[in-house]
Formats: sequence, structure tokens, C-alpha cells
Amino acid sequence: MARETDATPESTAGAIPSFDVTVRIRRYDPEQDEAPHWEDYKVSVHGTDRLLDALHMIKWEQDGSLTFRRSCAHGVCGSDAMRINGRNRLACKALLKDLDPSKPITVEPIKGLPVEKDLVVDMEPFFQSYREVMPFLITSGHEPTKERLQSAHDRERFDDTTKCILCAACTSSCPVFWTDGQYFGPAAIVNAHRFIFDSRDEGADLRLEVLNDREGVWRCRTTFNCSEACPRGIQVTKAIAEVKQALLTRKV
Amino acid sequence: MTAVQSTPGPAQAIDAPRSPYRRSKPTRTNFELYAWLFMRMSGVLLVVLVLGHLFVNLVLGDGIHQVDFAFVAGKWASPFWKVWDLSMLWLAMLHGTNGVRTIINDYAERNGTRFWLKMALYVAFTLTVVLGTLVIFTFDPCPVGADIDASALPSFCPAR
Repeated sequence: MARETDATPESTAGAIPSFDVTVRIRRYDPEQDEAPHWEDYKVSVHGTDRLLDALHMIKWEQDGSLTFRRSCAHGVCGSDAMRINGRNRLACKALLKDLDPSKPITVEPIKGLPVEKDLVVDMEPFFQSYREVMPFLITSGHEPTKERLQSAHDRERFDDTTKCILCAACTSSCPVFWTDGQYFGPAAIVNAHRFIFDSRDEGADLRLEVLNDREGVWRCRTTFNCSEACPRGIQVTKAIAEVKQALLTRKV
Repeated sequence: MTAVQSTPGPAQAIDAPRSPYRRSKPTRTNFELYAWLFMRMSGVLLVVLVLGHLFVNLVLGDGIHQVDFAFVAGKWASPFWKVWDLSMLWLAMLHGTNGVRTIINDYAERNGTRFWLKMALYVAFTLTVVLGTLVIFTFDPCPVGADIDASALPSFCPAR
């Protein structure tokens, strides 16, 4: 401890490497711009900074009109999904030093959803698909007087898909969703999976019927973009395949 | 920018918040399920049928040099090869057409474009399948009749 207090504050701060990075952002202001365009911003950052910190620096110190969503800033709320260097990621979970700072880092809004301003997109189509798969517990009979019990084994069955934070990184990385936006998309299927395979739920048939239709699981081309994009590491393509399997065998 | 501040009116061009996002009507059929299943099953069958076809035509016997009119006529004299070629034609055409149908669904952006591309696809499918089936069933290397020129018939025909 004594040695640490001896060190000057400058040298302690210098322990974290700092470097300059160019952030190339896809800007669009519907009130002024005809079309989206790229703009470069140079920021000086530390090795511990994430892309979200760089975006904050740009917004707070360089251009206050830059618009993006973020809430918790710790990878839990799912507000700041964006297309970083061509891949969908959360800005708060992407360390700048991992993004090859020698080249400009491109930041775009997620694809397939209407852009409202800069990095903010209209999430309504995404959430409508989510609502259509009925992501809530459906039961029949009397309400139990205590909690609905479930074995650890039954809970394990859908554990992976409970991790979804609805950031839309998967759905907006799906080439089928990009084309006409009619496909339900990986996120809706993941959240249907979470209830279809829940032993306490009785609405599996309703959800499977929704996903059996033209815009449901059969439009999946198993390109694995969604599994790669998921910031929570959910095996999305596997979950979709399990829903397909349940539809084929009519067994959950 | 005008100096006079006016009360902003309702923006007519912008939809009301939470307006429903238009999704195409549900069909309530198992068509897509069966189409998906068919692709897997026909794919497996086609691997056997096509590789068998290539092996018999190009590897067995004299290989590529044996393939001529007489070779095809000889093959189609047997009902086994007729069924083989017929199922290959139908499965390959259905498999391919369904594949292109999915691609059109995925990539056509406007409903009109999608409809007409699919129509062209289905017409091409029907023509190929009808013509192919007709040839396999009505193929006769040695037609008999009064108006047939016997010298134009292939050498293995008894009429010659």
C-alpha cells in the first residue's frame, strides 16, 4: 500500500494505456438530411473504454446532436444494440481496444428497422412480433394458492432462452428479416421458445400455431447470424431448430 | 427559420404512436411445414438418384462415349429406368422450384414483383414437368406406321 501512495496521480493514470480512435458514425437527421451519411469523430480514449464511452465523449464534448439509445450501460437493458464494424453488438459491451482502433470504427443503426434519427430506430415492428407470440404465462384451471413449482430439470429445458434482453441484435442481423420485415425474427421465436418449453405453461399450441405460419420458423435459413450477434450468448439458431422440431413432432 | 413562432399543428404524415405494424394475413395451414420437410426428404432422395444416374451413365461401361440415342432408348425400354428418371425429374423440379420460391419470397421487395416472379417460375415448372413426363411415357424409338420413313429409323429397329 505504501508504494502505491508514493506514486504520483499522473503515473497511476498513465498505467492505463490511452490512444486516439476515429469513430465513423452513420448520421441521419430527418429534419435536415435527405439521406444518411457518414461522419468521422476523433476521440482520445483509455484502454478500458467501451464504444459507449466514446459515443458519450462525442455527444458531450463534440456534437450534442448525436442521438443514440442507452440506459443501464452495462449490457443488461438491451437499449444500445448497434451495428459496429458491420456486426450487431451492444455498444456498452464492445471494448474499443478489441475493435482494431488503428482503423476507423464504423457505427450504424441496426438494419431492417426504420431509422428515426442517427442510431435510433423504430423498434415497434420488432416488439409487435414479440407481442404476437404471447410472451406471458398461459394456464388453465384454478390459481394455486402458492407459487407454481418446477423441478430444476424442467427449468433447465428453457434456461438458455430466458436470458434474452430484447435488444434486437439478432432480429436485425437476420437476412430474412432485412428483406420485407414480415418474418417474426429470432427474438420473437426465442421468447416463444421460453414459454413453449416451460412445464408450467399451457399455451404451447397457440404459440406453435403462430410460428407455423408463412412468416414463422420455416422462413429461417439457419445462417447463424442471430447466434453470432446475440450479446447474451443465447444459442438462437438451436432454439429455432427446437421449435421446428416441436412443430414436426407436435411434442413439446 | 421564421421569426414568428407558430403553434405546431398535428403532423399528418406521421402515424399515431403504437399504430399496428402491418403483417400479411395468417394462412392457418401447414404448407410451409410440409414444404420445409419436403426439401429435406427430396434432397436425400435426389443425392441417391442423381449420383446413381451419373454413375450408370458416365462410369459404368464405356463411360461418356456410350451415351447416344441408342443408349437412352435402351435405358427407357426398362420400366425401372423410366420410374428412376421420372422421380428424378419430379423431385428435382419440385425441389428446385420450392427453393427458388423461397428465394423470391426472401428477396422480392414489392408484392407485385413477388407475384409475377412466382408466376413465371410456376409456368416454367409446369412446362418442364409436362414436357419431361410426356417424353418419358410416350418415348418410342421405333415408331410403326404407314407414313414412317424406315431409313430414318435408328439401326436397331426391326423395321429397318
